[in-house]
Amino acid sequence: MTEGFKPIAITLENCGKTFADGTRALHPLTLEIAASETIVFLGPSGCGKTTTLRIIAGLETPDPGGRVLFDGEDVTALPIERRRVGMVFQSYALFPNMSVAENVGYGLRVRRVAGAEAAGRVAEMLAMMRIEALADRRIDQLSGGQRQRVALARALAVRPRVLLMDEPLTALDAKLRDALRLEIDELLRRLGITAIYVTHDQAEAMALGDRIVVMDHGRVAQVGKPRDIYQRPSTRFVADFIGTMNRINGTVRDGAFVTAAGAIPWREAPPGASEALFRPEDVTLDDTAEAHLRGRLTAAFFLGDRTRLFIDVGMEKPLVTETGARRDFTHDEPIGLRIDPRGLMAL
Amino acid sequence: MRHETPRLILLLLPAGIFFTAFFLLPLSRLFAIGGSGADGFAAYAAIVTDRNYFASLLSTLALAAATTAATLVISGISGVFLQRSRFPGNAILVAMLTFPLAFPGVVIGFMVIMLAGRQGLIGEIALRLTGEKIVFAYSMAGLFMGYVYFSVPRTILTVMAAAEKLDPKLEEAARSLGASTWQVVRDVIIPGLKPAFISAGAICFATAVGAFGTAFTLATRINVLPMVIYTEFTLQANIATAAALSFVLGAVTWVVLAAARTAAGSSVAAAG
Ligand SMILES: Nc1ncnc2c1ncn2[C@@H]1O[C@H](COP(=O)(O)OP(=O)(O)OP(=O)(O)O)[C@@H](O)[C@H]1O
Ligand SMILES: [Mg+2]
Repeated sequence: MTEGFKPIAITLENCGKTFADGTRALHPLTLEIAASETIVFLGPSGCGKTTTLRIIAGLETPDPGGRVLFDGEDVTALPIERRRVGMVFQSYALFPNMSVAENVGYGLRVRRVAGAEAAGRVAEMLAMMRIEALADRRIDQLSGGQRQRVALARALAVRPRVLLMDEPLTALDAKLRDALRLEIDELLRRLGITAIYVTHDQAEAMALGDRIVVMDHGRVAQVGKPRDIYQRPSTRFVADFIGTMNRINGTVRDGAFVTAAGAIPWREAPPGASEALFRPEDVTLDDTAEAHLRGRLTAAFFLGDRTRLFIDVGMEKPLVTETGARRDFTHDEPIGLRIDPRGLMAL
Repeated sequence: MRHETPRLILLLLPAGIFFTAFFLLPLSRLFAIGGSGADGFAAYAAIVTDRNYFASLLSTLALAAATTAATLVISGISGVFLQRSRFPGNAILVAMLTFPLAFPGVVIGFMVIMLAGRQGLIGEIALRLTGEKIVFAYSMAGLFMGYVYFSVPRTILTVMAAAEKLDPKLEEAARSLGASTWQVVRDVIIPGLKPAFISAGAICFATAVGAFGTAFTLATRINVLPMVIYTEFTLQANIATAAALSFVLGAVTWVVLAAARTAAGSSVAAAG
């Protein structure tokens, strides 16, 4: 089922985009995407993710000086219809005047793939997305999840060189989103296709991306594997945008980070650091005399398998941690915290 | 729930009265008059059996169909273009399009004569270029030109409104799948504009079938059904035949529009 896909490497060279009205949507960006890699563009609304995707697709041309290469071949001047890319949109963009099977077969029809071969390919795609039973349905008779399956089948039917997805799951409800995300992940690995995925949902980005490109105001903030980006964010923006980040002010003294709420042992502390950052999972509750930090509970959210705690330590924002402790928490109760030094960072 | 039916009847009353007073009664009266002549209801058969009537029915329908087709092609192309391109003067041009909407048929006819009449612009230019004067204002061709001129502006406005609602993502999806510009037009834009084409086309067709003023201005001998009806009614005082022809004209138009609507599988169009 996976034969016929020839993944390509993609290179963006100094691809910037200034729109006619002067909007600087994208500052010149250079990026190498390996064949078969899944790259996720992640960032808040308006940061330029869609613009980047559209430049790769051929729907926008980069500002002069920018180049897009597919396997080394310069495709910058090639319009989208000659780039052989698969596109999946948030709004599905299925043809309402065609049935499911006709939608899936459309790319083959316009490329004049012979009838029998096209029919076989359509059947194969419908089977792959498990929508054989819907083949003759009209588009308005489908649920959102089914529509997105059709859109994926349609995009993949022409054996694209790269699959481009712009927030394909955003319009779906949470449960369906999780299920389809898993399915897309399996599909991309099985086909080995080069894939570019745009989202503003960091959980989605972490789950799908071989690498994540975090974007902010038209610039790349950081590129890296999900784990690197989570554990070693290179800017405050990335630290805040991905996951939850605790921050506390203090000074480095004698192998410890001394704050108003207590001292955290931190041997590798960069000298002169005035702020320590750490993730909720690096914090444990500790009511003994050895606790690093002391504060008071401001809120506790019971989430079923765990409880999310907000602890005031006299900083601008309360520290956040989660605990599996089987007990009730009361407002304003004193809380002692221990911080795993391996999770400490300074920026 | 039990009070639903009386309430429904009450709510339907205004529409019912209107429908009866202005549609059902006059139409049945018209139908009755059509059968009140010397030949009785056989007058209705005359539209088929009388070669003159039948020919004018056919030419009327052909003229309306040609007008509709030409109008849709011209308006479809220019409507989409005007909606998508921003150029200086765009807004003024679109505003000017509504200008001919208020013209009576006489004025349209007058303009056709100025353009393609004996002293018309087209004739003058042709004379300079080829040494031969082209005059077609006083014929079916002149009528066709006048009707197209009258129908294009409003159809463009309808097309523009519909083109604005087309989802650009559909075109992008089609192109990503390899569709050429022409294939995008055929598979995405035209299907997307179909409801607008049907409703605008229906109005265009019905207007062209029933229009009278332009034909009257251009020539009294143009063989279209409204002219025939006028002649029968005022000149021959043949009221029964005029009524029968009118009724058939309405009915045929209605059938054509209903058929077009069914064929297009849409419930959007207004049947004339
Ligand atoms: N055709 C256009 N003309 C002018 N400005 C545009 C155009 N398209 C996008 N922009 C602007 O460029 C910036 C980046 O837009 P883009 O669509 O790439 O953002 P995004 O990251 O995809 O956001 P979102 O998550 O909301 O989809 C925004 O400020 C947007 O307003
Ligand atoms: Mg976007």
